Amino acid sequence: MKENDSMSPVIDPVIEARGLDLVFQTADGPVQALKDVNLTIGKGEFVSFIGPSGCGKTTFLRCIAALEHPTGGSLTVNGMTPDEARRNRAYGYVFQAAGLYPWRSIAGNIKLPLEIMGFSRDEQEQRVRKVLQLVDLEGFGKKFPWQLSGGMQQRASIARALAFDADLLLMDEPFGALDEIVRDRLNEEVLKLWARTGKTIGFVTHSIPEAVYLSTKIVVMSPRPGRITDVIDSPLPRERPLEIRDSREFIEIAHRVREGLRAGHGDEI
Amino acid sequence: MRNLLPVLTVVLAIVGLWYLAAVWMNATWVYDQAAREGREVFLVDLLGETMMQERPVLPAPHQVAKGLYDGLFGQAITSKRSLIYHGWVTLSATLLGFVIGSAAGILLAVGIVYNRAMDQSVMPWAIASQTIPILAIAPMIIVVLNSMGVTGIVPKAIISAYLSFFPVVVGMVKGLRSPDAMQLDLMRTYNASGGQSFAKLRLPSSMPYLFASLKVGVAASLVGTIVGELPTGAVAGLGSRLLSGSYYGQTVQIWAALFAAAALAAGLVALIGLAERVVLQRMGLVR
Repeated sequence: MKENDSMSPVIDPVIEARGLDLVFQTADGPVQALKDVNLTIGKGEFVSFIGPSGCGKTTFLRCIAALEHPTGGSLTVNGMTPDEARRNRAYGYVFQAAGLYPWRSIAGNIKLPLEIMGFSRDEQEQRVRKVLQLVDLEGFGKKFPWQLSGGMQQRASIARALAFDADLLLMDEPFGALDEIVRDRLNEEVLKLWARTGKTIGFVTHSIPEAVYLSTKIVVMSPRPGRITDVIDSPLPRERPLEIRDSREFIEIAHRVREGLRAGHGDEI
Repeated sequence: MRNLLPVLTVVLAIVGLWYLAAVWMNATWVYDQAAREGREVFLVDLLGETMMQERPVLPAPHQVAKGLYDGLFGQAITSKRSLIYHGWVTLSATLLGFVIGSAAGILLAVGIVYNRAMDQSVMPWAIASQTIPILAIAPMIIVVLNSMGVTGIVPKAIISAYLSFFPVVVGMVKGLRSPDAMQLDLMRTYNASGGQSFAKLRLPSSMPYLFASLKVGVAASLVGTIVGELPTGAVAGLGSRLLSGSYYGQTVQIWAALFAAAALAAGLVALIGLAERVVLQRMGLVR
């Protein structure tokens, strides 16, 4: 399990966590959100975090984004502390809700990070056009968010995260609120996007098929305390049509993920 | 147009009730008068004589309408009897007070949202300030400012600002805090500065709240100005019309001034409503 990532040495690590601990101080006493998390993510990998709620998958992603601060262990992003990486705008973050500003058009929303980061007007226009094309939303730049469907809004929010071209894309259950059909399409699109841009992607989900379909590496986590129970390197090829989900390998990996999730719950039942 | 019928029905009902109340409340005077002259009062006399007294307890609607019309159009607008003249005196102080009050309210709200010490200290004082009856504090403000040589519309405007800053503080604090944790996190992921998240997130989010509180604020401004005009010795302004009306028992004049003040308030609120529509429409917040 843990040997998995030491056995296949990662040449170019983007994220490295060693013995990571995070304890939240709550009114009901301390809660161990993450316990001894060790993980290395290499450049260009597509890593999914899967587990039941409370397993710390989102918390771990937020640690990488420096939105939470670990209480123990070490974590580096591009060889820097997460805070330094955040200040260097090393990652784009996609939240579960699209969170587009209702008072800005789609193009205006995508420009938001560009304005904050001080890109020139020409550059902004250029980048908006490029990422709108990337997420298949050409011609929707002038629309306001409420004029778009939920799936399109989420695509716009992905475009917003891609606009400033960070090498790392962190996605926190981006399709959790969408229906199955839309989710399938967006999954395909995310894979295409990943192939075209070569970004490193961290992806939180609680859907087993989604995790297996998308990832090169699946990190199975379990709750109380939040920890990693299994890391699966996917043998599936990078090119993945939707039909691959009916293949034997796919079903085998899905089975292993399910076993991992069940094992994580074993000590409770 | 479909709204016209219910609106007219309600207006007619109010006018009808008002006439009945006028007959009932002014009847005493008619009976006293008749008893003195030793004549009998019939229903027709009662109805006629309660409608046209010079100093009725409750003037009938048409008397108020006539008083209002005379005040607005029957005088040169420079005349001391013109409601337009008095209305302008009140309006200018109201606008100045509203601008001061709103600016103070917005600044205080920004301070409360960004500064922990202000968050815990300012609000209780702001609330306390509104629990003091304005009628008690207005004369003191006027007297103190007068002794410092500040006269004219400024003291009235300050009383007006005193009333109007409060709704703006409350609304703006709520508005500036309306972005949820996720939107604030998003700003953090961009490493946005405090000023940037204020200008691009908090301020635009607060706009609907701001306009709602400005509407309350402008009406409060007008009330503040009128109250401020009462202790100045009834020189000018709608407040002075109210006061001199009550000195001399000119109830028609009081009611006319009241209606002028109400119309002014309605106009001001409508103007803010218009500004609200334009701004929110340009922001894409009106569908």
